[in-house]
Amino acid sequence: MIWAKEETLSRNEIEEIQLVKLKKTVAYVYENLPAYKVKMDAVGVKPEHIKTLADVKYLPFITKQDMRDQYPFGWFAVPQKDIVRIHASSGTTGKPTVVGYTRRDLENWAECVARLACAGGATPESVAQICFGYGMFTGALGLHSGLERIGAAIIPSSTGNTQKQIMYMKDFGTSLLVATPSYALRIAEVAMEMGLNPQKDINLKVGLFGSEMLTEAIRAECVKVFGDQILVTSNYGMSEIGGPGVSGECEYLCGFHINEDHFLCEIIDPKTGEVLPLGEKGELVVTCLDKEAQPLVRYRTRDITRLICEPCKCGRTTIRMENFSGRTDDMLKIKGVNVFPSQIEEVLLSMEEIGPHYEIIVEKVGHTDKLTIRVELAPDKMTDDYQKLNALAKKINSKLKVILGLDTIIKLESPNTLQRFEGKAKRVRDLRPKETLMN
Amino acid sequence: MFIKQLSIFIENRPGRINEVTKALAENDINIVCVSLSDTVDYGVFRLIVSNPKTAQEILTSKGFSSTLTDVVGVKLPPHFGMLNKLTDALTEATISLSYIYALNSGKDDAAVIIKTSDNKKALDAIKAAGLEILNPSAAYNL
Repeated sequence: MIWAKEETLSRNEIEEIQLVKLKKTVAYVYENLPAYKVKMDAVGVKPEHIKTLADVKYLPFITKQDMRDQYPFGWFAVPQKDIVRIHASSGTTGKPTVVGYTRRDLENWAECVARLACAGGATPESVAQICFGYGMFTGALGLHSGLERIGAAIIPSSTGNTQKQIMYMKDFGTSLLVATPSYALRIAEVAMEMGLNPQKDINLKVGLFGSEMLTEAIRAECVKVFGDQILVTSNYGMSEIGGPGVSGECEYLCGFHINEDHFLCEIIDPKTGEVLPLGEKGELVVTCLDKEAQPLVRYRTRDITRLICEPCKCGRTTIRMENFSGRTDDMLKIKGVNVFPSQIEEVLLSMEEIGPHYEIIVEKVGHTDKLTIRVELAPDKMTDDYQKLNALAKKINSKLKVILGLDTIIKLESPNTLQRFEGKAKRVRDLRPKETLMN
Repeated sequence: MFIKQLSIFIENRPGRINEVTKALAENDINIVCVSLSDTVDYGVFRLIVSNPKTAQEILTSKGFSSTLTDVVGVKLPPHFGMLNKLTDALTEATISLSYIYALNSGKDDAAVIIKTSDNKKALDAIKAAGLEILNPSAAYNL
């Protein structure tokens, strides 16, 4: 089901809408956001200089740090009385960034999420259980309002008490699960511990995942545990640009359709800030085109992807983002080699001797980086033979070496030893002293 | 004729063995004998227990990775040179010994557990040497 006509416009039509909105937005921020006016003045750009969509490249970037510097409300472009909701990022990497919404922003937000949820398989018949933490986090209420708009029945079960979550799923006939991919896997694991069969006792048709990267390996693992009937998709957003609702996958799983009438996306070289040609991989930069409270221009997301313009079989004509290959923030530099945790995950999940959970530990021993990966031996893959166990660790090591070009120390653990996460999984522990991280 | 030995994956961390013995004790599983050597990161904790299948189910539910392994119990009469007789028999049949540990050291019913490169062939070789194979049910009920 395609929710809105804006998803099937011709390129000309959509670009026309974008240009009108971009001009309006730039004029609006110049007038109402002193923090951004300063930036524009510093590079000598005036709103009237923006004549085409490509002219967006003349505008200065906004970074997460810029947002922190204006904490809490420095990026609000409307008076306090027009704000009807305030959310904040989790603030795991420093002070939280705050996001405000006017009544119209909330309307648009629900509309954007409704489109992505539809693309991901939600229907008015869906019984949607939302296992995102309700609260300051934008994910739960964002998906909540979008799914409500479609007419799905919502079970706002939030996070925590996994056994009770499973009871709701079973007894209420949950057909659509909103969660992080790692929590979805945790739910399946606990269901099995409870003696249930996730494929029979829980009949999930749609997994609408978000808040952390969904690698193809994790997607395959989700289908394996919940059964072939499940459509597992991911959708994208971030609290600074208003939460979920930016883009999402359709049933063809060939990229994230962007709500282009609300978000203008560019890909830049993260080092130089130069805009890259369409189709090249780099850092995603987003300009909000229809926001009243917090109209961010050229926000640097730090997420790495590329844009795909080819038509999609689903009928939507919107540009897509390729499934993310990592965040510039997540990238680890180990012995001078760039390593994305997603590369490690891909290797680990391809091996049936070990479970889907892992932990990456980076340490400094003397002057050398040491990369240790803890994995869980699958419950039924135990062998009585030390040589075979050692060979398994060696096999993991050599597979990783092919991908990373680095030696790793593989630590085998018992099932259920590693920490499980209900929200965003934290699978990397970088224990190196801070100053070496700056290099 | 093979005894089912329970082999459990154990990380080298304080309290891990205690978790195993506690789970078995709470479920009235008798441990007949154990074997574990000092390795670096993890070890294979090998046990002969009164009810191997149930014991494995209990440990799986407690989050342990384990397997049941076929091993051979060999009775060793209380005379000099009996263990030598066993290893002679294996050597002659060119069977290599993966590991061996004492099942029981009682004067009249001493026995060892062995795992070999070819357990079936080992059975024949041991019998041919005039040694007695310990019946699995006898081992579980020691």
